[in-house]
Amino acid sequence: MVPIVFKWIVFLVASLLAIFSAIMMVTRRNPVHSALWLVVTFISLAVLYFLLNATFIAISQIIVYAGAIMMLFLFVIMLIHLEKGPEELKVLGASKIFAIVLTVLLFVEIAVGVYYYRVTTFKPGPMPLGDAKTVGFLLYTNYLFPFEIASILLLVGIVGAVMLAKRRKE
Amino acid sequence: MDVKFPVDELILIAPEIILCGFGLLLLLIEVFLKTKSKSFLGILTLVSAGSALVFVLKLSSFSTDLFFGLYSLDSLGSLTKGLILVMLILVVIMSLRYVEREEVISGEYYPLLLFSTLGMMIMVSSKNLLTIFVGLELMSLSIYILVGLFRDNLKAAEASLKYFLLGAFASAFLVYGIALLYGSTGSLDIKGYLEVIAKGDTSTVLIIGVALIAVGFAFKIALVPFHMWTPDVYEGAPTSITAFMAAGVKSAAFVTFLRVFYTAFLPLIKQWGDILWLLAVITMSYANLTALVQQNIKRMLAYSSIAHAGYILVAFVTGEKILSSSIIYYLVAYTFMNVGAFSCVILMGRKGEENLDIDSYAGLSARHPFVAFCLTIFLLSLTGVPPLAGFMAKFYVFSTAIKAGYVWLAIIGVLNSVVAAYYYLRVIMYMYFRDPVKEIGRIDLSPSYILVSLICIFFLIYTGILPRELMLLAEGAVSVFF
Amino acid sequence: MKEYIGILIILIFANLIALLIVGLSYFLGERKPKKVKLEPYECGMTTIGPARRRISIKYYIFAMLFLIFDIEVLFMYPWAVVTKNLKLFGFIEMFIFIIILLVGYVYVWKKGALEWE
Repeated sequence: MVPIVFKWIVFLVASLLAIFSAIMMVTRRNPVHSALWLVVTFISLAVLYFLLNATFIAISQIIVYAGAIMMLFLFVIMLIHLEKGPEELKVLGASKIFAIVLTVLLFVEIAVGVYYYRVTTFKPGPMPLGDAKTVGFLLYTNYLFPFEIASILLLVGIVGAVMLAKRRKE
Repeated sequence: MDVKFPVDELILIAPEIILCGFGLLLLLIEVFLKTKSKSFLGILTLVSAGSALVFVLKLSSFSTDLFFGLYSLDSLGSLTKGLILVMLILVVIMSLRYVEREEVISGEYYPLLLFSTLGMMIMVSSKNLLTIFVGLELMSLSIYILVGLFRDNLKAAEASLKYFLLGAFASAFLVYGIALLYGSTGSLDIKGYLEVIAKGDTSTVLIIGVALIAVGFAFKIALVPFHMWTPDVYEGAPTSITAFMAAGVKSAAFVTFLRVFYTAFLPLIKQWGDILWLLAVITMSYANLTALVQQNIKRMLAYSSIAHAGYILVAFVTGEKILSSSIIYYLVAYTFMNVGAFSCVILMGRKGEENLDIDSYAGLSARHPFVAFCLTIFLLSLTGVPPLAGFMAKFYVFSTAIKAGYVWLAIIGVLNSVVAAYYYLRVIMYMYFRDPVKEIGRIDLSPSYILVSLICIFFLIYTGILPRELMLLAEGAVSVFF
Repeated sequence: MKEYIGILIILIFANLIALLIVGLSYFLGERKPKKVKLEPYECGMTTIGPARRRISIKYYIFAMLFLIFDIEVLFMYPWAVVTKNLKLFGFIEMFIFIIILLVGYVYVWKKGALEWE
């Protein structure tokens, strides 16, 4: 009984935090603050993955998203950020209306999906699908071929980054 | 758990290993030796492509699943791999001079070509969507970089960025589709889908997944309305890379598209057949009409390549397994026509002056009869004039449609070919019957372009007059669908 | 799930101690804010202009390279867990993977992308 209650508490805290920080992220004026709130969202999502026994996915969420991708976000903000400071935004532009419509649609879609599949009770994942051990066994036996190709893909990424972003010596 | 390393399977992927190994080697040579002349790298690339081709031919009789079913060796894969490698060899021969002329200082050019080819080869010979996706990404990522090779040129930078952003978008569609398919069937293997669909188990999620995958491929083969990037990217990219993209990416993506849809989703043809029918019509008509008003020859060829994708789609929508050999035939012929045409476009230019507008071609026959003759052959083949391979390709594709009962589609296709004849013949008319409008200076007539043009012309005439051998090969290739 | 109880306890204690230290210094410490004291740096040069400025594009390549090598490291986590079971097989796999990326590393190094110009 105690673990179930405990999981419920963690779930509630993490999911509420995720929603709260997502809202904070959208409403902040300062893009750097937005980015930092996004980190909070990512980390609370990682907690949710942990609850589903998907430990590897949770760790990669933290390492790649909260760590590396967010750093790229911040870099981009700092690269394009002009000295003017936070830009005064228009109250309701066409793009904002479009975004709102899209968000509402997405929300309805998720709600219908949840209702349709009758996810009414909170169940921790029966199989540890995103567990490091399961992922490891699958990735390094069955999926060995795409794994090795992925290294070439990463190599090409490195070459691309250097070729396109590096200043050339004349 | 005791797993053995599949050592005996390594010899079966020898072509892939050769390309990968040489790619790594060339990268290291580039950074350690820092040679000024890049033709050494080019020759090594030729060696690797040649030896990979030899292995592909040697292994072409094998048909087996490798690495736990994540990779396969079969006749369709082998034929396409051979085609892609021949195309690579032609492009590299062209590049030997082109790279020197444009003073490309990046020695990464050749390794990236090799990695991109590797991606194509992986993509066309896998039956697992995960491997297909990784292969497709490897191909695309290398090409995004190659397109932006002249990054100081504004057009090239724009082309690279545009291609990258839209390509990433298309990859997202593809991977989303794969995720939905996995969610609804629990399988990544395309044979696995067939089992689920054969049971009559077709949920909405599965159909949406199929649609999203089709969108992903439609982007790579540039079907209208997913073609927006094509003219700009073809124009902005270095011309050798344009040839590589037009021939290689299109063939690889089309063969994979064919493999995925004809293996797994053929029972669902009612759902996707009509949509692709419409896409074929829109693609052909839009591209041909737009090509009519192009003044830049690279843009014209870009629209022409979109139109050709439409013609191939005409055979694709029939869903006839046996007749799909016409698609393979078309792709082979199309590859040689395009590489040839782009090699002529390249040799018309010089460093800093590409002479791409159609006026530069006026009166070419008087000054450079050989160049005018080569380009004429390629354009006639693109038009579909007998006895060239382009004619037989169109003939097979349209007769496939008629045999399968898509008479209207074939008629629309033929009408489109007539429209297309206008803009191809216009260039020929300029070359032979117009007086020179402007001074284009000395053109860059180097042996490497001549060699490529001659190989392509020989192939087009040979397979145009004697299409039987290639057709038998193509039929052998599509036998994997039975 | 039981094995994570330890982590939970550490989490609780770490938070408590951190709160305790910060809270104690907040309540017990003496604060008399002045304008000079509230400036970011009490010593050195006086600040010129806002802190929010465009940073050089040169940083970006480091960020991208970090991201790529970060993903490479991510592949090692599941490998580390199962490497005992996979024995030599797993070792060879990871060896090939690392060698290919090592070429990338050597490339970046020799190309001078890690140097600050």
